[in-house]
Amino acid sequence: MAATIEAPDVEPRTLRAENAAVEVAGLAHRFGELEVIERLDLEAADGEVVGIVGPSGCGKSTLLELIAGLLEPSAGSIAVGGRAGAEERLARCVYMPQRDLLLPWLTALDNAAVAPRNRGASRADARAEAAPLFERFGLAGFEAARPEELSGGMRQRVAFLRTLLARKPVLLLDEPFASLDAISRAEMQEWLAAALAEQPATALLVTHDVEEALYLCDRVLVLGARPATSRATIVSPSPRATPRLEAVTSPGFTRARELALEALAGGSR
Amino acid sequence: MRRWLAPAAVIVALLVIWELAARWDLIADALQIKPFLIPAPSDVADSLWTDRSLLAEDAWVTAQEVLLGFALALALGFCFAVVLHLSDTLRRAFYPLLVASQTVPMIAIAPILIVWLGFGLGPKLAIIALVCFFPITVNTLDGLRSVDPELPRMMRTLDAGRGRILSRVEIPSALPYLLSGAKIAAAISVIGAVFGEWAGADQGLGHLILIAQGQLQTARVFAAVAVLSALALALFGALALIERRFAWWSPRRERDAAP
Repeated sequence: MAATIEAPDVEPRTLRAENAAVEVAGLAHRFGELEVIERLDLEAADGEVVGIVGPSGCGKSTLLELIAGLLEPSAGSIAVGGRAGAEERLARCVYMPQRDLLLPWLTALDNAAVAPRNRGASRADARAEAAPLFERFGLAGFEAARPEELSGGMRQRVAFLRTLLARKPVLLLDEPFASLDAISRAEMQEWLAAALAEQPATALLVTHDVEEALYLCDRVLVLGARPATSRATIVSPSPRATPRLEAVTSPGFTRARELALEALAGGSR
Repeated sequence: MRRWLAPAAVIVALLVIWELAARWDLIADALQIKPFLIPAPSDVADSLWTDRSLLAEDAWVTAQEVLLGFALALALGFCFAVVLHLSDTLRRAFYPLLVASQTVPMIAIAPILIVWLGFGLGPKLAIIALVCFFPITVNTLDGLRSVDPELPRMMRTLDAGRGRILSRVEIPSALPYLLSGAKIAAAISVIGAVFGEWAGADQGLGHLILIAQGQLQTARVFAAVAVLSALALALFGALALIERRFAWWSPRRERDAAP
């Protein structure tokens, strides 16, 4: 019963030249007897930010791992940038897990620079690549800090910069702010909105927070309880608008949130 | 300095009681303590001083054996653990053998190793390495296997191959475990050295103990034991320092080794 519900004030988006669309068709996945995802269709156009909202344990994280190429689906097809192989998906996607997973023995800067290092860059080159992002994204002065010295929000920012520095066209974000308190969350949402404005990318954002999804994403897919199937798609009225508070309290946003919550509740069997 | 107070007090108290028991005729006679059976701590101290050049010479020999044997065990144990970590098949095949290696009674095979490897450094190194190998390998392997399973997956999406996952994530994660195993190994390494020297040697603290025992010079035996303990403690302490300096991210867990 997937339904597309148009909310008012849809802004036109600019698409990037490189094709980094995600197409998921008829996806099903099971762990042994447990059916996690059932007949799921999902599309994200190149440069589009798509939110995925659903009850906890509905297979959202598994969906991202499947798209990222870390898992192979039991059935159905996944294509990223038109390529379907797991290795090809792995090369195009970067997966940001829920926990920041910073390596405690590295400094914040070296943690952010893990991907360039993995690609064979020298430590100096990798740091040089990461340093400007620290300046731009409010982490200047914390380059040499150990992860344990950083606040939760800062750790999450470092983890996100690490994700950006993978330089992949597709970002798969798994509840990136779930561990933060409400105030930090709001701050981090604005921060992520700014980051996405600066470095546009195709992104899939999994969250259980409808407001977060509607604020950050162009379009929000509502999933039902396990096994996950799509229940509705809601177009955000003003994705990543500033100021955030104004955007999330506008009538259009409130309407969209109601629709999303209805869709979420609609199928709770 | 505070934290040294309690262990120092215990040691001093024990030494005082021991001294009294051995020195005070009333107790010594009642317990039938003979100086050649249980020397008083002051006799041991006296021996430490008068035999200092003898002890230092033998301690130097034993220290070399211990350090080399320990280093050998560290290198082999680390490599073996990595190989077993990378291959499930090899791990299943070799793990029982690894455990079995620890059940070998060193004192029984030490003479055979002397026959195989000669009278020199070889058999001592082999025995020390054999004793130290097990705690190092098993702990390192545990460390490699207890890496947060999400870390390798994250590294894969950040363009890391198998080798980089091993060197950037798994080995650093396992380092505290490795050092923990190395500390256990350090404590028992001197026992291996003594077995090796008992089986056949003309120098070293184990050799000195054997000779002094034959001559009923018990104070000297105890003095040599004290030097051996000091050797093990020094190695243990050095590893603890390395741990604090280079593996400060160790998971907070009980210290599972004490000399």
